[in-house]
Amino acid sequence: MVFQPAIIALLLASMVGTLMVAASVPFAVGVLRRWNTASGSEAQLEMEKRTYLVSTLLVVVLVSELASLVLFVFNADRMSSLFVGAMCAVGTLNVNEFGFPALYLKMVVFFAASVWLVLNHVDSRGYDYPLVRVKYGALLVLAPLMAGAAGVQLAYFLGLRADVIASCCSTLFSGNTQVTSDKLATMAPEAALAALTLALAAVLVLGRRVLSSGKGAIVYALASGLAFVVALEAVVAAISVYIYEMPQHHCPFCILKGEYGHVGYALYLSLFAATALGLGGGVAALSARASSLAEAGPRIMRRCVGASMAGFALFAAVTVWLILRSHLILIEPERLLSILPGGQP
Amino acid sequence: MRVWLNKQRNLLDFSLSSLSRRRGKTLGMLTVYTSIVFVLASVMLFSHAIRREAATVLAKSPEVLVQRMVAGRHDLIPARHLDAIRGVRGVQSAEGRLWGYLFDPAAAANYTLMVPTNPRIEPGKVVIGDGVVRVRNADPGDLMSFRAHDGSLVQFKVDHAISRESALVSADLFLVAEEDFRRLFGIPAGMFTDLAVSVRNPREVGKIAEKIDAALPDTRIVLRDEILRTYESVFDWREGMLLVLLAGSILAFAIFSWEKASGLSAEERREIGILKAVGWETGDVILLKMLEGLVVSLSAFLVGYLLAYAHVFHLGAGLFEPVLKGWAVLYPKYRLTPFVDELQVATLFFFTVFPYTVATVVPIWRAAIVDPDQVMR
Amino acid sequence: MIHLSDVRKAFNQGKANEFWALKGIDLSVRAGKVTVFRGPSGSGKTTLLTLVGCLARPTSGRVRLRDRDISGLPERFLTDIRRSTFGFVFQQFNLLKGISAVENVMIPAYPLGRDRNELSERAHALMASLDIAAKAHSNAEWLSGGEAQRVAIARALINDPEVVIADEPTANLDSERSRQFLGIVETLKASGKTVLMTSHDPLVCDTAVVDHVVSLRDGQLVESR
Repeated sequence: MVFQPAIIALLLASMVGTLMVAASVPFAVGVLRRWNTASGSEAQLEMEKRTYLVSTLLVVVLVSELASLVLFVFNADRMSSLFVGAMCAVGTLNVNEFGFPALYLKMVVFFAASVWLVLNHVDSRGYDYPLVRVKYGALLVLAPLMAGAAGVQLAYFLGLRADVIASCCSTLFSGNTQVTSDKLATMAPEAALAALTLALAAVLVLGRRVLSSGKGAIVYALASGLAFVVALEAVVAAISVYIYEMPQHHCPFCILKGEYGHVGYALYLSLFAATALGLGGGVAALSARASSLAEAGPRIMRRCVGASMAGFALFAAVTVWLILRSHLILIEPERLLSILPGGQP
Repeated sequence: MRVWLNKQRNLLDFSLSSLSRRRGKTLGMLTVYTSIVFVLASVMLFSHAIRREAATVLAKSPEVLVQRMVAGRHDLIPARHLDAIRGVRGVQSAEGRLWGYLFDPAAAANYTLMVPTNPRIEPGKVVIGDGVVRVRNADPGDLMSFRAHDGSLVQFKVDHAISRESALVSADLFLVAEEDFRRLFGIPAGMFTDLAVSVRNPREVGKIAEKIDAALPDTRIVLRDEILRTYESVFDWREGMLLVLLAGSILAFAIFSWEKASGLSAEERREIGILKAVGWETGDVILLKMLEGLVVSLSAFLVGYLLAYAHVFHLGAGLFEPVLKGWAVLYPKYRLTPFVDELQVATLFFFTVFPYTVATVVPIWRAAIVDPDQVMR
Repeated sequence: MIHLSDVRKAFNQGKANEFWALKGIDLSVRAGKVTVFRGPSGSGKTTLLTLVGCLARPTSGRVRLRDRDISGLPERFLTDIRRSTFGFVFQQFNLLKGISAVENVMIPAYPLGRDRNELSERAHALMASLDIAAKAHSNAEWLSGGEAQRVAIARALINDPEVVIADEPTANLDSERSRQFLGIVETLKASGKTVLMTSHDPLVCDTAVVDHVVSLRDGQLVESR
């Protein structure tokens, strides 16, 4: 099933991205071994010029990873008509065991690339490039990660077999390759929303502390990672249900569709950006230990954390709006009110 | 933030002015870029529209079809099977269908004969598709005659033609009354081509099909969903194959953009040298060149897509029909229903803008790292 | 304000055609003065100018701007210092063809993200002060040598630098225009700017406005007064 336009596009993107990062690996090794800012030798000047190429390539990779994440989900949704029992993207991703791992790995690559770019941004503010070795060491980790993600994605697509009429004798396919499940394991909506409220409140409280005292950005980064997971769980368990207004429909992907006003983008873009920036803030805080970044490091860290908080706040606002707008009453209003106020920033 | 925005705006202004200064080169690039978007977008829009067309048609067809098999071949099915099917719980209705193909030597074309049940056609009359109208120059009231299975002549009077709206599937239709059909082919009463079954609860289609299969072991059962899936997948596959064939052109395009971006003229090199000497940083130059690329990409994408849209939905996709639709004498003339799909646009973006961007990154970087002191040497 | 100690610069390092353009220069350039680097072609005076003006990094040795060692700075930071501290007037003027004179003047300020209207006002004011306001909207390639140079000077001043650097400013001008140029140098000096030039034109080296003349030969300092 590789001959599908969107699949070809996805494979192309992941392959080219991996190749671009892999091609930078020898250079990264060279930096680890020979970098010397104090030197004005031509070899050093050459290396410094090369860093511009690597960071530009990484920007391209990041953008294409983000776009291919969307395309991947979209395509999974569209292909659901090809599999018996698959109603939407969840079903398609469940067709074989590589579907969800491929999606998760793509998200990991996205966050890794964005953290790398924050690192790169911070580093280029220090006149002696204090983090250059850390940065290129990280590139050595990113390369195999991307290759792995590309490989799992390939395995997933190669493993897809549509349930089609292959010859005139085969009559009934239904049941042959039944999709194992169209459902995701979910928790109770009350619990999910309560956890979300707690996580977002924690993030905002921690964020305020970072902004006022300049400390705790690493804790903030961890918290935003946690909040990301909790938020996704809440989308599956409760928010999506409010959007569909069907108690049994728990799909985190259908909310991206036009039928629901593409409202999923507002949720996911703010959530992904907030998490990436939160992680980036942690990285920036770590970098502030270098003397040449003593001023720039905390400044960038504050900016990242501030923007990240705004992202989480936007996510919370959209969530509250969706719940209030919904005609579905999942939780008794009185009980809902007892949870809500904390969630509103 | 303001400073950042101002900077982007200044650079964007400057990149537009650079592009317009090199008008010839920009237009050449735009032409190639636009045509590649045009070709790919035409393929995608067309195959997608056809798929939708097929799905629309199939949506009206019965959920379950029962056909009798004899020695692995499709054969006439006796009406008594209908009772067995109606006995299965969950079946809403079941009725026999009559259809087949008829070769018309006068037009050297094959018609699809069908017997509609609602509304019925009067004996001796025929309702014809748009394609038949064309090959036979038939107008309402004209007579058409054919030789039946036993050599006798059967005459039809054209009642009216089917509108062009769904011409893709109805072009070669030839709708006749049940009596005429049986006379033409010598099919005895009580026999049908196949049986159409409709089901009360769509979720039970699978279960019901299994029950019919068990009750009537000499039949095969075709589900509408399966036909849909097969169509989907066949068209996807065709579109994909075509794209793979076009991969050569995408690659050529990538090489072309690489070449264009790296084959900077002496004048452009001098410009970049000057920019760097007067205080632009390597990153600024890369940003400038990326913005130039973005402007070219977006305009080529927009123009190419609009042209493809016009080509497919207003000009009948003259360039691709034979490949994607198959070929027949009764080639339908019709207009596809315009339809734009986000997934498709995103995919197209990946096939054009992404290769272009990747192909130009290295040449751009190479141009941007000119030493700022070069203009003084 | 600029101090060089034992500065060396090599080209094609490690290759067969390795060439040392500067072989150990010690030099101080004082603020608010006019300094000329003099020497025959190939003496290394232009290379020296690029090192002083942060256009390039020395292969070895130290360059200090006020109290800051800038010899080891990567290009990014060097550029940052350069565009706020130095303005350049090149021998060939190096204006961009196909765009107007005033756009040429504004180019160095684009990456700084300044407001476009303010920027345009400042560019017009600068051009007016240099008597070329009338040519603001002519394309650069239509300007005469003297006009092109004044556009180049306006471009050098757009970011209000402390130091103006001119490479062979009179090489493409007749004596009349050369004197006009020296007049502009005088007003620059009067407004507190430091001016650095390379030249082997006696007209330049012997004018009253010049405070220091540094002579070079084969990449070494031979005389300084």
